[in-house]
Amino acid sequence: MVLRRFLRDSGHLVRPAIVLLAAMGLFLVVRSAVIPKAFGQYGHYRPGALDAIRARPISFAGQDTCVACHDEQAKVRAAGKHAHVACEACHGPLAKHADDPTANVPKRPEVANLCRRCHEKDAAKPQGFPQVATVEHSAGMACNSCHQPHNPHL
Amino acid sequence: MDISRRDLFTMGGKLLVLASVGASLEQITGAAPPTDAYRMAEHWWGMIIDVDKCIGCGNCARACSRENNVPSGYFRTWVERYEIEEGRPPHVESPNGALDGFPPSKREDVKSFYVPKLCNQCADSPCVQVCPVGATFVSPDGVVLVDETYCLGCRYCVQACPYGCRYLHPDKNTVDKCTLCYHRITKGLTTACCESCPTGARQLVDFKDPKDPVHEFLRHNKVQVLKPYMATQAKVYYKNLDGAVR
Ligand code: HEC
Ligand code: HEC
Ligand code: HEC
Ligand code: HEC
Repeated sequence: MVLRRFLRDSGHLVRPAIVLLAAMGLFLVVRSAVIPKAFGQYGHYRPGALDAIRARPISFAGQDTCVACHDEQAKVRAAGKHAHVACEACHGPLAKHADDPTANVPKRPEVANLCRRCHEKDAAKPQGFPQVATVEHSAGMACNSCHQPHNPHL
Repeated sequence: MDISRRDLFTMGGKLLVLASVGASLEQITGAAPPTDAYRMAEHWWGMIIDVDKCIGCGNCARACSRENNVPSGYFRTWVERYEIEEGRPPHVESPNGALDGFPPSKREDVKSFYVPKLCNQCADSPCVQVCPVGATFVSPDGVVLVDETYCLGCRYCVQACPYGCRYLHPDKNTVDKCTLCYHRITKGLTTACCESCPTGARQLVDFKDPKDPVHEFLRHNKVQVLKPYMATQAKVYYKNLDGAVR
């Protein structure tokens, strides 16, 4: 009885209060529906983004992978000046090949451009780096007709 | 039994309040568990760059664009050639981001060198501060990343980056940038650019790994970050960087 009278007397306050509460409730429901569960776990962002970025595919298999199968080339290279040049620095991304070597046989690098990009003489290169004016140096012959790419010493 | 309109409203109100309390409780407790062996808290990634070793071959830029499908005409990493004549502003060029290397320099009479550039993975990054929707952030292991599904494409961050390391992806219309090959480094591989750098001019480093060579490197060399006055806490350290480089 008391409650009922209270409600009747203060109805003009209770009704807007209920509407306000309902609106706030609705806001919270919608908010929790659209914001991913873990949002804010590490900071003001969606932690799921980390997993999504991590799941992107790889194109460069990495040095160690190549060496595991291509023992011969690895040995030759390790003995020469190209020892610290990674396989894929010259051969390009070969993760697909490493996954299935016979289905994805890689093309051999195009020697003319390959060597020149690293070894063309240029004043901006560090002075200690071996560089040649390729046109005069090779006289039109392919670099690998004299140098062996994996161990460039003659 | 009949229900008055008032009763209906009161009941509805109570229900809504209950539902929302429930929903927010779920939000607090529903954190996803860690999924695998890689622990973000144990890493703090960055890079060291030895300018004196860079030969300007552009291997890094090529490797990056192939590893990350960078659209043509845009760069996540690139190489600049500086040519500085005494008393003059430096001449800087980066033809196609060095994707095809550099044509030989004609100038023997000037100071010249190459500088590789990439996202500086700032710990206190302006790009993160300006993002209105939490689409770009510094990960717990110190890499500045973009959440493609949240990015609105408003380009505030593109403008905010002092180093020009962000662009709007022309097809996705979301912002794109260097991820420090986050998909590789979290699997124990190095970045595509470091993998293909022939001289070791750039090296991925983990500041939280006590055995990482970065600690020796920082102790024995004079290093600099780009635009230190921006106070971005950049984590890409350059050795023997010329003062003209911006
Ligand atoms: C699982 C073992 C395996 C791995 C890993 C592997 N390869 Fe191979 N690779 C092979 C085999 C087998 C062939 C020969 C394929 C054929 O001719 O059918 C081959 C062929 C090649 C060729 C072509 C040889 C030619 O005669 O033209 C190149 C170049 C090459 N591999 C480079 C690489 C590089 C670089 C990597 C590292 C990313 C790599 N391989 C990783 C097994 C492997
Ligand atoms: C300096 C650049 C360079 C590096 C580094 C390099 N290669 Fe090569 N590789 C070449 C070139 C150029 C050819 C093609 C030679 C030709 O056509 O005669 C080649 C050929 C090959 C072949 C074909 C068979 C052969 O021996 O000619 C294989 C397999 C191969 N490379 C694997 C590797 C592996 C594995 C590594 C890493 C251990 C590696 N290469 C590192 C440049 C390189
Ligand atoms: C990705 C860059 C790269 C490519 C491509 C490359 N080289 Fe090299 N080359 C190097 C590096 C790095 C060294 C080691 C320099 C040093 O020791 O300081 C080197 C060393 C050499 C040397 C030894 C120079 C000396 O000091 O005796 C020769 C010769 C050479 N390369 C020839 C070639 C030839 C020929 C090719 C093409 C098949 C080639 N290089 C492709 C990076 C490259
Ligand atoms: C006619 C054979 C021949 C051809 C073709 C050739 N070279 Fe050489 N190259 C030599 C000789 C000989 C040397 C000096 C001996 C040595 O240092 O091994 C040499 C040395 C080098 C050096 C080291 C220079 C130094 O300062 O130490 C580089 C780098 C080089 N060559 C790159 C190339 C490149 C790149 C090509 C292809 C454009 C090429 N060579 C083609 C014969 C050749």
